[in-house]
Amino acid sequence: MSTLAQPKKAPETPSPKTKKVQKEVGQDRAATSQGRWAFWLISPALVLLAVVIVYPVVNAIIMAFQKDQGLDPVTKVFVQGGPAGLDNFVHWLAQQCGSAACAPGTLGSQFWSAVGTTFFFTVVTVVLETVLGFWMAVIMARSFRGRSALRAAVLVPWAIPTAVTAKLWFFIFAFDGIANKLFGTAILWTGSEWPARWAIIISDVWKTTPFMALLILAGLQIIPAEVYEAAKVDGASAWQRFTQITLPLVKPALMVAVLFRVLDALRMYDLPAIMTQGSNGTTTLSILVVDQIRQGFNSAAALSTITFLIIFLVAFIFVRFLGANAVASATPKTKGQDK
Amino acid sequence: MTAVSFDTAPKTAARRRERWANGRTYISAILIFIWCLIPFYWMIVTAFRDVGYTFDSTPFFTHVTWDNFTTVFSENLGNHFGRNLLNSLFVAGVTTVIALLFGVFAAYALSRLEFRFKFLVLGFVLGASMFPGVALVTPLFQLFTNIGWYGTYQALIIPNISFVLPLTVYTLTSFFREMPWELEESARIDGCTQGQAFRKVIMPLAAPAVFTTAILAFIASWNEFLIASQLSNDQTKTVTVAIAYFAGAQAHQEPYTAVMAAGTVVTIPLVILVLIFQRKIVAGLTAGAVK
Repeated sequence: MSTLAQPKKAPETPSPKTKKVQKEVGQDRAATSQGRWAFWLISPALVLLAVVIVYPVVNAIIMAFQKDQGLDPVTKVFVQGGPAGLDNFVHWLAQQCGSAACAPGTLGSQFWSAVGTTFFFTVVTVVLETVLGFWMAVIMARSFRGRSALRAAVLVPWAIPTAVTAKLWFFIFAFDGIANKLFGTAILWTGSEWPARWAIIISDVWKTTPFMALLILAGLQIIPAEVYEAAKVDGASAWQRFTQITLPLVKPALMVAVLFRVLDALRMYDLPAIMTQGSNGTTTLSILVVDQIRQGFNSAAALSTITFLIIFLVAFIFVRFLGANAVASATPKTKGQDK
Repeated sequence: MTAVSFDTAPKTAARRRERWANGRTYISAILIFIWCLIPFYWMIVTAFRDVGYTFDSTPFFTHVTWDNFTTVFSENLGNHFGRNLLNSLFVAGVTTVIALLFGVFAAYALSRLEFRFKFLVLGFVLGASMFPGVALVTPLFQLFTNIGWYGTYQALIIPNISFVLPLTVYTLTSFFREMPWELEESARIDGCTQGQAFRKVIMPLAAPAVFTTAILAFIASWNEFLIASQLSNDQTKTVTVAIAYFAGAQAHQEPYTAVMAAGTVVTIPLVILVLIFQRKIVAGLTAGAVK
């Protein structure tokens, strides 16, 4: 694995002149001692992470291959589970309850609709947040009086706990609430399918667009102003400047922001759980897992493993094919050690 | 295209165009302001409004009362909001301290030292921060039930560490990378030991970064809902869970004004904190993502 990190670094570390000689002579020894030092500094955090993440996840995977305890349908005796093979996964993926298809209304019958809902929320919210966030970022990047006040204001939705956001929008979207009054409508926002979905989407967009906007703004600010001036002199229109300069240059930051948001949206729980309790076609995968916990740990473990794999797969696609490399952007390149 | 505007177009046209562009910026800025702040404002207005006027649509402070706040903190309805607040403070506080304690050392090594598997460690930390909470809830629910930890504080703190610690390491690493580490070298040349150089030179410089990270970690933990809703009981319930399941005087009737008051109590300190440290928080949020 060191081959991954080392060769990449070697050409990119311009050591200051004064350190060069010392570095060449004592490089091996220094590297070993630094490695040992680093080991002692990092292991506590890694051990802690292993305890709080790796252990539960391994545990969940083991649970996923075991039967839930319950009444044996033949003998009518309470049985203690045992190995289940792939039964729990088949239960969700093929929506099989026992030997028959799961009856409508049972949790088992909701897997694919939950997948659909989760992806629907993810795509719609992330697209809206990206477009709106980009617009906000472009405005915030301009210089005008009150700019810092605006930058402070966008942090307000971000700072509010999602549970409070959910209750706030639940109130706004109440039947007698301000949304219906403002638009002169009489919509049962959280009580019927599509309005409920849109209520959740609007709440999520309100809460998380600022985060998106700030990440994009940070990306915008590293573009040197001279590039725009040069393009302006050469006669590029505003739209050309946007598509030819802004978009390509901000792309790395944008992709990381989108990746963060997509993974966040795929595990969405708080908003639908509080606003609709997952009713009216707003059951996301996370809600389904939590509902299932009450009915059987092992099936829930299988479902959470599937959820984890879906999120992992999406992250993999982003990093591998869409170039959203958050790790690379976090790895010190020219900065750091040899600065 | 090139020189036209200089020769023929009078100066006023250019100025007018500029003023129009400025105007559009202000209009957009005001729209963003409204979009971000109005719902928050509406929560506060409602929190101070008499229950009888819950759905009053006047956008000003009318029928002002403190009743909702007394309702929130009264124990008559079976709510224990004061206790929930303390629970949240305790859980988020302990989580933050632990995450910082472990995170500072890891981030120092990741930003400052050369070692094998660095790429892998960073990848693991970043992956961990994006890990879905539900994947932890099921096994931890069973584990904590078995060992009698269900509803204890550690049952909330341990899962919180799983997402706060990666966040801490990641943010601190990108902060530390920007620090003037040459000073440490100079201090050592002047005769400090590595430990002394770290304590006397680097620590004071790192303090603002650590403080900012602490705020981010605290907010993340304070806002947590999924794990707290599953693994806490009446004694350890945190505010986010309390607000979500707040009980009103009448069954099946949402106590909107009281819930908005509860939301205000929980939100105002956060908003003040965020507004005071606005610049640093933005720096912390965007630190790793763009560089």
